[in-house]
Amino acid sequence: MRSSEHVEASGSAAEFLTQVYAVADAEFHKLRHDPLELLMRAAQPLLWLLIFGNVMAQVRGLTAGSMSYLDFLAPGILAQSILFAAIFYGISAIWERDLGVVHRYLVSPASRSAIIMGKQISASIRGLAQALIIYSISAVMRLSVDFNPLKIVGVIVFIALGSALFSTLSLIIACIVRTRERFMGIGQVLTMPIFFASNAIYPLDIMPSWLRALAMINPLTYEVDALRMLMMKTEVSPGALLVDFLVLFGVSALLLAIATRLYPRMAA
Amino acid sequence: MHVSGSSPSSATSPGKVRRSSAVLYYTLSMNVAGVSLDPVIRVDGLTKRFGQFAAVDNVSLSVSPGEIFGLIGPNGAGKSTLIKMLTTLVAPTEGHARVAGFSIQDQAPSVRRRIGYIPQLLSADGALTGYENLLLSARLYGIPRTERDAKIREGLALMGLEQEASVLVQRYSGGMIRRLEIAQGMMHRPAVLFMDEPTVGLDPAARRAVWNYVLEARRTMHATVFLTTHYMEEAEELCDRIALIHRGQVQQVGTPSELIEPLGPEATLEDVFTSLTGSEMDSGGDYREVQRTRRSIRQRG
Ligand SMILES: Nc1ncnc2c1ncn2[C@@H]1O[C@H](COP(=O)(O)OP(=O)(O)OP(=O)(O)O)[C@@H](O)[C@H]1O
Ligand SMILES: [Mg+2]
Repeated sequence: MRSSEHVEASGSAAEFLTQVYAVADAEFHKLRHDPLELLMRAAQPLLWLLIFGNVMAQVRGLTAGSMSYLDFLAPGILAQSILFAAIFYGISAIWERDLGVVHRYLVSPASRSAIIMGKQISASIRGLAQALIIYSISAVMRLSVDFNPLKIVGVIVFIALGSALFSTLSLIIACIVRTRERFMGIGQVLTMPIFFASNAIYPLDIMPSWLRALAMINPLTYEVDALRMLMMKTEVSPGALLVDFLVLFGVSALLLAIATRLYPRMAA
Repeated sequence: MHVSGSSPSSATSPGKVRRSSAVLYYTLSMNVAGVSLDPVIRVDGLTKRFGQFAAVDNVSLSVSPGEIFGLIGPNGAGKSTLIKMLTTLVAPTEGHARVAGFSIQDQAPSVRRRIGYIPQLLSADGALTGYENLLLSARLYGIPRTERDAKIREGLALMGLEQEASVLVQRYSGGMIRRLEIAQGMMHRPAVLFMDEPTVGLDPAARRAVWNYVLEARRTMHATVFLTTHYMEEAEELCDRIALIHRGQVQQVGTPSELIEPLGPEATLEDVFTSLTGSEMDSGGDYREVQRTRRSIRQRG
């Protein structure tokens, strides 16, 4: 009797996976109904690469090892667009709360962590759509993009990780502030430092030491580092890649645990 | 059977809903003869405080299986907060409650499996189609894959939504959304269906349709229904028993006729209410709630 009660309370592993899939699949259908949203998100990376990238490429001294500046920049812009797309998840959670859709999730027997993992996966799908766009822009700009299938698999893994990490961070903020106005304020205050205190648009070695210290505790730096090795035709350092993976995975898992505890606050 | 009073709003009243006499007999015999069926909802001193303010203040009540139980009270009375506690969405500050045999505090997952909830705001996702909404619910509630499609089709048919299955919900009318939400809330055959203002913002015909679906759901699935409403005629027509709630406290509980009779032959439920609270239904309220209700009405078209 006790054990059957336990099974009922926690659900089986298959049920858990179905719940994760249910949430991810619903988000996927929403994207399919409104693909324009994805296309509109292509504008920003395009501007960064075409205008910012081409101007900065003229600056002498701003070279990153053997890479051209545009080759250096493209993976950084990919990471940036993943960050910005993922931050969108907090706003959408608040939107769902205002409408009442969150309550539907929370009143169901679905595990809270399954719901959040479903959201993480859908954030990854958005991230992959971003990657497709940025790969295309980069190819048209004749940057030295590496299409080695193994490296592309690596890019997919890191996009999934980065999307999961930043969407969960955004969800946590949403659970704390709970109104759109406050979220917008905090979202701005947070995304810009995450972006600028990273190696996305300039290498770590030219940073002042205080900024470099910040960049070293910034998950985006590890995301950019991995994407830079995997997306472009450069040598991959397996050790560095492993560090990137472990940092991103560890932080994501920690954020998932925090979000699972905070998410029920959205019903109140 | 109680007779509907001629309430001032009866001009717009959608008319009498005929309920299955078998079910009526079932509930009446249960209540009158006092057959010792365990209550399916038992609330014991439930309190929710936001800071110093008690939104729900020491509420106790019980609901028998198969009953349609209505909660009425002015804006801000604590109806939604009470429902949110019973559906495990909000943790009580004090007190206990059991729903479908399980404690809302200690056995929340078991409670969740046995209840359906239709919130005051939207719960259907406008960016999905009707079918996709039901599919999401079927998966969240662990309905086996082989049964999902049949259950979804059945729900759509029951609620008269087969034609609109693959239309985005944001194009539905308010009445259609409510029907979809009932299908959504009933698909896993809950023992108790909680509905928070199920007919707010609906025209009389759509409101009447919702009443019929609620009665139908009870008849076919033997569900207990716990609902809140602002509409007196809705409470009179639909509910077996009613609790009047004001400032977080239950003022009176009884069948509609039990509540009306002491005030004389011409009295209506509205009079009962006014005599208890000394105020009109629309007094009080809270900006955020009003704004939310309006927004949700607008969303429903
Ligand atoms: N999360 C919250 N924080 C603070 N106060 C709250 C919160 N939720 C509800 N309240 C307050 O508790 C009181 C009861 O709210 P509730 O929503 O339960 O009322 P209601 O009876 O459902 O009203 P309505 O008819 O307008 O839906 C209101 O005064 C409301 O402002
Ligand atoms: Mg309410």
